[in-house]
Order: sequence, then C-alpha cells, then structure tokens
Amino acid sequence: MSRPIPYRFRLYVAGEAENSSRALANLQAICRTCLGGRHAIEIVDVFKEPARCLADRVFMTPTLVRLEPAPVRTIVGTLSDTDAVLRVLGLTASAV
Amino acid sequence: MPRLSPVSKRAAPARTKAATGIPGLDKITDGGIPRGRTSLVIGGPGSGKTIFAMRFLVVGAESLGEPGIFVAFEESVDRLVVNMDGFGWNVGALVPDGICFVDAQPAPDLIQSGTFDLDGMLAALEGLARRMGAKRIVFDALDIVLALLPDAAAQRREVYRLHAWLAANELTAIITAKASAPETEGKTTGHPFSFMQFMVDCAVLLNHSVVLGVSQRSLRIQKYRGSGFNENESPFVIGKNGLDVAISRMLGRSDSEATSERVSSGVARLDTMLGGGYYRAAAILITGFPGTAKTTLSGAFAESACRRGERTLFVSFDSDGVEIVRNLASVGIRLAPYVKSGLLQMISARTITGSAETLLVRIKALAHDHRAQCLVIDPVSVLAQTGNELTAHGVAERLIDWTKADNITLMCTSLLDEMSSSAQTTTPLHVSTLADTWIHLNYLVQAGERNRGLAIIKSRGTAHSNQVRELILSADGVTLADIYTAGGEVVMGTLRWEKERSQRAAAEGAEVASKLKRVRLDAEEAELQVRLKSLHTELVAKQVERTLLAHTTENNAQESSRGRTRIRELRGADLPKRAARK
Repeated sequence: MSRPIPYRFRLYVAGEAENSSRALANLQAICRTCLGGRHAIEIVDVFKEPARCLADRVFMTPTLVRLEPAPVRTIVGTLSDTDAVLRVLGLTASAV
Repeated sequence: MPRLSPVSKRAAPARTKAATGIPGLDKITDGGIPRGRTSLVIGGPGSGKTIFAMRFLVVGAESLGEPGIFVAFEESVDRLVVNMDGFGWNVGALVPDGICFVDAQPAPDLIQSGTFDLDGMLAALEGLARRMGAKRIVFDALDIVLALLPDAAAQRREVYRLHAWLAANELTAIITAKASAPETEGKTTGHPFSFMQFMVDCAVLLNHSVVLGVSQRSLRIQKYRGSGFNENESPFVIGKNGLDVAISRMLGRSDSEATSERVSSGVARLDTMLGGGYYRAAAILITGFPGTAKTTLSGAFAESACRRGERTLFVSFDSDGVEIVRNLASVGIRLAPYVKSGLLQMISARTITGSAETLLVRIKALAHDHRAQCLVIDPVSVLAQTGNELTAHGVAERLIDWTKADNITLMCTSLLDEMSSSAQTTTPLHVSTLADTWIHLNYLVQAGERNRGLAIIKSRGTAHSNQVRELILSADGVTLADIYTAGGEVVMGTLRWEKERSQRAAAEGAEVASKLKRVRLDAEEAELQVRLKSLHTELVAKQVERTLLAHTTENNAQESSRGRTRIRELRGADLPKRAARK
C-alpha cells in the first residue's frame, strides 16, 4: 500500500448491453480478488457520451483502459479470460 | 441500441440511387449504388477499394451536397488524405464539414479478452452523423475489426448490427473488405466474411490479376437488389482521376448523330477513290506490313486535318513525335508548323506499358485535354500485345464507340503479321469489322522490286473504287498512280514506267510513220501534177501540129487545084467547073 489508489480503470460500456454488463461484472470480480479495493473504476456509457468515445477513439465495446499505473493498457472484450486479463494488468491471482 | 433517427423519408423513385462519381459505374448501375442501403466492395490488396469508397464520399460532399463519414480501420487518416490528393481530389478542403474522417484503427497494443461489439462505434458515429447531417458513410476495411471477433457467430452478429444501424439511420453505406483473388471470381462460399455478400443490397467485386506480366483490373457487380445491372466484368483502370470503369454501349443509348460531312484523306486521288474522302467521325483502319507507308498515309490525314484548322492528336507507339515530323517532311508532309502552333500534338507512347485498358484511358485523357477532333493511333495493334489478347478486342470496340460518340475522326493503323501470306488477313483486334473504312497497303514483289499497292477493302456508305493503285512517295508528297494490267498481272514500279515508256514510244513511232506517208503522198501528187502539165503541153503541141497539118494539106490541095486550073487554062481545053469549088 504505497499509494492510496494505485489502480485506476476506465470502462467504456454500451448501456445495459450484455457484453458490457459481463465486462463490468468480470472487472469487479478481478479487482475484488486481486486488488482488494485499491482501485477506482470510471464507467463511460457510449450512448450517453458518443463524442467522448470519438475523441478517445474507442469503437469497440466494452473497452477497458488501465490508466494507472502507467503505461496505459487497453483490453477489449468481456474480460472473460481472467488469466489473460491478469497478465496484461501485471497481476496474478495469488498477489493479493 | 440503435435508435431511429428523425431523418425525413425521401424514398422518391428518382432518388433510389446514389451516384458513386465513378465514370462508367454509374452507367452500368443506371445511377449508382442503392440509396439508403449498404453496398459491399470486395477486392484483393491494391484492387482499388479505398479509392472507390473515397470517390463516393468526395462526389457526395463536393457536388451533391451529401456529407459523408469515412471510418478508417486500416490506414491512418493523414495518409489517406495525402494519398487521395494524388487523384486531384482536394480531400483536405472538404474536412470536416463535407467529409469527416474517423480513425478507428485498432491500437497496435490492443489486447482482447472475450467478445465485444460495435455499439461504441455506432453510438459515436450516430452522434457525428446527426451533427454534420451525413448522408453517406464508408467503412474501409471492416474485415480488420471483424477479424478480432472470436468466432463467426460474433462476426455475423456485428455485421447485422451494423446493417440494422445503417438502415435505421438511412445512410448510404459502402463497406469495403479484403478478399483474395479466387473469392472475387464469383465464389461466395469459403470466404471468411461471405455472409456479408448475402446481407448487403449491392456487392461489387474488384479483381486485379496479372496476365502474362500485364496488370488487368476488372469490376463486376455481383448483386444489386431491386435493379437491373450489367452482369459482366467491366475492365477498369486506376487513372489520375481515380477509378475509370470501361463501359461499352449499353442497349437503349441513343446513337450519336451520323454526319455526311466528308474530310479529306490528304491524298487527292484517294479522296476521289473514296468518293470524296472519309466521313467525319468515321473510324478508318489502315492495315499493312511494315514499311508500306501506313504512317505516311496517317501523316497526310493529320496534315490535311490541321490545314482545315482541326485539332489533331497523333499517338505513335513506334517512334518519337519529332522523328515522325522529320520523316514525314521527307515526303512533303509538313507537320512542324502545326506542332509549333499547338494545333497538332504528337505523343510518343513507345514507353507506355500496361494493359490495353490503361492505354485507352490515357489516349482518352490526352484527346480530351487536347480537345482533339481528329485522332491518329499508329499502330493500334499494340493494344493486342502480349498479355492483352483477351481484353484488346473489347478495348478496340470501346475506342471506336468513344470516338464516334465524341465526333472524333479516328485513323488507326494496324500492323499485319509479316509472315502472313494472305493479303487481307484480319487484324488481331478485329478492328477491321468495326472500322468504317478499311484501306489495305500491300507490297507487290515483281521483277526484283517491291512496290506499294493501295486498295480500299471497304468503305461504308461511300462509293469507292475497286482498283488497286500504286502508292508513290516522293519529295512532293503522296500520290496514287494508275497501275497497268499486262497479261492479267498488275504492273508497278519500274515495269509500269517501262510500260508507259514503250507505249509512249509506240505512239511517237506511229505519228512519224503517218507523217512520212503524208509526205510521200504529197510528193507523188506533185509528181503527177507535173506529169499532168507536161502531158497537157504535149497535147497542145499535138493539136497545133494537127492544125498545121490540116492547114498544109488544104494549101496543098488548093495549090494542086490551082495548078490544074492553070494547066487547063494554059491548055485551054476544059472550062473550070465553078460548082465543084467551094
């Protein structure tokens, strides 16, 4: 616990669409098991903020962006492949 | 979820098609791609998909007041804009109100976990489309994003999502996707995204193949719901104005007006043979072996056209323009002044390589730029060079079709195979069947000489001489000489000259002989006259002699009678009988 919130994520979702809901659920589960609450998730709904999607060049939903720690990483999809997501985020299931 | 946008419905019958701005394609499809629907453009790498799609947006934004969105999955927007400037479309000036680019390239470090959908993109685009009032949209290289989807079901789902979104927003869309060559040959199965072809309302296949080292491009409309279209492959080229699709005359297109105006061939006697010259806008074919003065005859035509003040384009695939001007000057055809004045443009196309279609497009562009009224292509047979055999005939047809439509008098020469023995072989392009006037030049080998013979094989709509004439090139120009038939064989060159000379000699001889005879007769007559005179003199002499004789005889008689009387008187015996005396 070097910093108060070392993990900051942004998740782009398409309203209540199935893929987006699953991605949010998967992300929350991973964060719970691996990060123990040391994280913040910002949710952007593309239907509500289409201009922002365009500006951020997000075209596929759901899209997860890890803003911190640097570098910025982007994962597209429902985040159903937990191992892959952890690898990208530099985490392991045991690193609680 | 996609929502219906409040775009007013304007599905009037005349507005069911959206022009693509591609010459030829709009004609093939009778107006363009289906308005408010989705069209798919499939082709291999470098087949012209992006240019096709970009032209669609440029023409919409520039001329039709239909702004558009370009969604680029494959190329960066900056590079796209720069690339398109090469076609003279100032795409940059149309951004952002006419054309809005959306860079949707997946980030190179993008990681994927599980399935995803395109809702984000569609939501973003919907907002953009509404803001700029877009009517057209292009998804360039949609296959890139589809390939990221984990399975075929997900791919299909996203394509249907896209389709539904496009329909709801009443956007006329072009989706481009890559396909390798075999798929574009009409096979619809096996292609990873073949279901797209079933879904869309119009599918255009762009094919790019290499035949014997020559690039050949063709375009085919695979399907077009609710419209008739030309189902055949149409060759196209990527020229300086983008795609240029070749079209032949379609049924129903009205014929260009036929004129009865004649234009001179540049050789006075040939005009006479043709009953006054070529028709304007006719296609004239000159065939012959190498060196039979095909170019010279073309040059004579060009010179006479320039003399009439008609803009002329001379395309040579054999030699440089300056060489032709110099060479033709040696036979009294002076093109140099017209080249200088700009009336005549000489194009050396010796170095131009490429498909027949490319050559045609280039010639068309040159003729258009020059505003040519007369066009010479020397020789047109290069169109059928290696690799172009299949397409060349179609190109020749379109060449003639185009010149007629534009009222250009076309003269093309065609080289015949040297080994061919027949004097009237058909040309490889079958131009001979299309041409209005076909002049054949031939060598006649006789008595150790090769002489050029000219014959009009056909000339539609004009009376024409059936006679083979000898074509004579001299420093004074091109002339046609009568040829002699001697013993059933045509006589040309030196033999003709000899024949002419001997005839001249014979005529002279006959004249001399008759003169001689007249002289002799005169002499005889004169002699007779002389004899007549002398005889007359003799006659007079004889008459005189006879008179004298009579006179003498009478005198004698009188003398003797007088003597007898005297004697009687002297004797005094008898009386003179008075009555006995006269």
